[in-house]
Amino acid sequence: MRRPALAFVYPLSALAAVVLGVVDLQVLLSGGEAAIHLPIGLPTIGFHLRQDTLSAFFGVVINGGVVAASLYGMGFDRAKELTPRVEPLFPLFAAAMNLVLIADDAYAFLFSWELMSLASWALVVARHTDPECRRAAHLYLVMAAIGTVALLFAFGGLAGPAGGYAFDTVRAHPPQPMVAALVLMAALVGCGSKGGLIPLHAWLPLAHPAAPSHVSALMSGVMTKVAIYGFVRIAFDLLGPPDWWWALPPIVLGAMTAVLGLLYAVLDRDLKRVLAYSTIENVGLIFVALGLALAFRANAQHAAAAVAMAAALLHVLNHSWFKSLLFLGAGAILHATGRRDLDGLGGLIHRMPRTAAFFLVGALAISALPPLNGFVSEWLLFQAVIAAPALPQAALHFASPAIGAMLALAAALAAACFVRVYGTAFLGRPRSAEAAGAHDVPLVQQAAMGGLAFLCILGGLMGSVLATALAPVLDKLVGGALPGPGSGPTPFSLIAFDPARSIYDAPVIALFVAIASLTSLIVVHRLSARRTRRGPAWDCGFPDPSPATQYTASSFAQPLRRVYGAAAFAAQETVVMPPPGDIRPARFSVVVVDHLWRAFYVAPGRMVIGLSERLNVLQFLTIRRYLVLMFVTLVILLSIAAVTT
Amino acid sequence: MTRDLVVQFLAQGAQMAFVLLIAPLAVGVVRRVKARLMRRQGPPLLQAYLDLAKLLRKESVIAESASWLFRSAPYLIFALTWVAAALVPSFASGLMFNWAADVVALVALLGAARALLALAGMDVGTSFGGIGSSREMMIATLAEPAMMLIVLTLAIAAGTTRLAGVADFFIAEPFGVRVSLALSLISLVIVALAENARIPVDNPATHLELTMVHEAMVVEYSGRHLALIEAASHLKLVLYLSLLICLFAPFGMAPATAGLSGWAIGLAAWIAKLLAGAVLLGVWEVSIAKMRVFRLPDFVGVAFVFGFIAILLAFLTRGVFA
Repeated sequence: MRRPALAFVYPLSALAAVVLGVVDLQVLLSGGEAAIHLPIGLPTIGFHLRQDTLSAFFGVVINGGVVAASLYGMGFDRAKELTPRVEPLFPLFAAAMNLVLIADDAYAFLFSWELMSLASWALVVARHTDPECRRAAHLYLVMAAIGTVALLFAFGGLAGPAGGYAFDTVRAHPPQPMVAALVLMAALVGCGSKGGLIPLHAWLPLAHPAAPSHVSALMSGVMTKVAIYGFVRIAFDLLGPPDWWWALPPIVLGAMTAVLGLLYAVLDRDLKRVLAYSTIENVGLIFVALGLALAFRANAQHAAAAVAMAAALLHVLNHSWFKSLLFLGAGAILHATGRRDLDGLGGLIHRMPRTAAFFLVGALAISALPPLNGFVSEWLLFQAVIAAPALPQAALHFASPAIGAMLALAAALAAACFVRVYGTAFLGRPRSAEAAGAHDVPLVQQAAMGGLAFLCILGGLMGSVLATALAPVLDKLVGGALPGPGSGPTPFSLIAFDPARSIYDAPVIALFVAIASLTSLIVVHRLSARRTRRGPAWDCGFPDPSPATQYTASSFAQPLRRVYGAAAFAAQETVVMPPPGDIRPARFSVVVVDHLWRAFYVAPGRMVIGLSERLNVLQFLTIRRYLVLMFVTLVILLSIAAVTT
Repeated sequence: MTRDLVVQFLAQGAQMAFVLLIAPLAVGVVRRVKARLMRRQGPPLLQAYLDLAKLLRKESVIAESASWLFRSAPYLIFALTWVAAALVPSFASGLMFNWAADVVALVALLGAARALLALAGMDVGTSFGGIGSSREMMIATLAEPAMMLIVLTLAIAAGTTRLAGVADFFIAEPFGVRVSLALSLISLVIVALAENARIPVDNPATHLELTMVHEAMVVEYSGRHLALIEAASHLKLVLYLSLLICLFAPFGMAPATAGLSGWAIGLAAWIAKLLAGAVLLGVWEVSIAKMRVFRLPDFVGVAFVFGFIAILLAFLTRGVFA
């Protein structure tokens, strides 16, 4: 009886997000600012809200994702798919993310940040009957708490002893260099844990897939961007002028995150978990770009800083589009087949043609292939890396080729990863009865994916227009801008530094490719026999009708596991071959070790448990002993106070 | 002004036609050289053209489980490779659209063609297509970091990532033997061998061997679709030869301001260097054996290490540590 009301959630969320997104866009383009001070919250601080170009840009990103997710939600079956555990929390989650962006004091920021975390946690735990969901939600809650504590420290350092928690006060009195460095590290931990920076990533590939798919799209596509917003706000706006070495932690961690995230993704067999790992990779790329922007800014190389910052911000926008698209596509597959394991899918391109087409756009875009949008930001990022040897610090010199190589490796691994995903889920022959009987999703869900796919194509062609629209944000953050649209050969040329140095002109290339493919189509059809026959697959003369003979996701990953897995995960293959004459089957097994999980989660977890077992005796003391303990504590505290004052 | 524009357009069109027309010849030269060195008669030089014509006239047999992606991929792969090949400066550095993609974008265009080919390989749902696709993508993950290091070295040396700019720089700047560039050259040659599926990475002459990569992906193609795929792989060979010529031996290439006579010289020089490159490739291929697939990381790793040393040397020569 409550369900008709639940059905209104998505149209209303979509409407609200459209309105907010338009307002954000207007603020971004006009460069305006608006601030408001509400008399709620803590007595001395209140609740400051401010909308500037930076929050407006992130607002556009977030509300775009919310619109797509809401559209997708509108396609749910009212009788079966709406539950009071998901639908009421969805708008709360979206609203909390919007609130983080316009928070203008530490209290408002942390309040909305926690609201966002808890709302998304509640959405993760919506399917609480599944023990995996409960485990994911538990880990998420712990990591979110650690992140918030780190942010609490960061804002404490920013506020200083005087306790100026409003961002305006912080900007007026930036902290001392040592404090600022500590604040930056705390922000890296706080925002990095929300964004999935290694080694704080472990919750993300569990929690993002556990939520309903349209919420996964929001968490992966959009909520990670709020984390990046937090880092940008603290590192580029509140902290004051940077030291060059601040750039190293985000660059090094980001590059490691990019490569390792994809290695995890390439070896995983669960569709949604692969997507979540790839989110980690993209967050890593963005942090590399942000680190480079910090380094260039610290050396007053404003043009290069603008290139790196534009790469970061455009990747934020682009990733929100294609990752939302891919998660919605994964949701469509889950809805149509009930399966998320890649090795149980196959041949969906025949049964879900539209979803397949849209997913293909997303998969190619996230692989950073031209002329789609992922390549625009990737290109800018490479240009920033190529400019890094011009920095005066030797550490950054030596870092630049290593970072460049790691980014190139990440790009190639991304392509491998998504060829694998698309090839096993959509291409080939169905590997299960569910995949064979799949059907496409409702029209409005197709529209949600189609809109995002359209944006991926448009963003790829119009990258220079988007970069121009970012000019006020870039100017505010790093004091530089990309060359304007008039300085290149065509109005749509994307230019890094100056036209003599580097140009990428997507529309011209796309036009040439279109002309070349149409010409070849016409010419080949003129010249050729034009006869086409359908027959059984050739397969070198021995076609096998069983779909089990196809390459699976695991077999596709085998060369990559052999090449990279031994170093990264101590991957070991064991083959047990029975002697000739023995009829037992041969066995093949692979052992993969997650070093990061062991070092950063299992070991500290054991330590905490061991410590608490030791301290457990304190629970069973007599009252005299408790009194002695209190007395001793009091004496110690008093003596500390006496010494320090 | 308009006359200039027309000439430029024609020049760009001419380059597109040249790379397309000469590509099968380059492949023919490689095959011929290999055959002669093995004391075989070998196919005629123009055999590759005849093969393409034959394939076009044959009917195309498509597997029942193939989708639209399988049928449309050859056209896109061909177009992407063709455009990429035409964007590498060949006989003149200042052609109409050379600026549209720098070397980063060029590598990515080839990456797009490769991803489509790998997808097409998986479309029919056979084990051969899958094995080829997965190995192709694995090799790409080895080659692309090395390629990035080469790009970085060139950008440090020439101050630009535009191919025409790099070529102009090396034409204008008479340089002696630079160690960093020599190392980059070796590195790029290894990457080119890997990307073109040549020996020792892959063997273009075999068809049914478990080490094969490229041929396994295209095993389901026939008729006109196979012709397009073959033409695209010929174009890719010419592209990498042109890239090597443009970056490391741009002598004779017409500068941006040259007239028709300059272009004629540039064209002759380019064709001569291209065919010389094809001969060298043939000699290389008969003098070395195919490697096992999982030895490839060592081989392509050499490219990576050389690329890295090249960059460090480039830092020294530019005096960035001073």
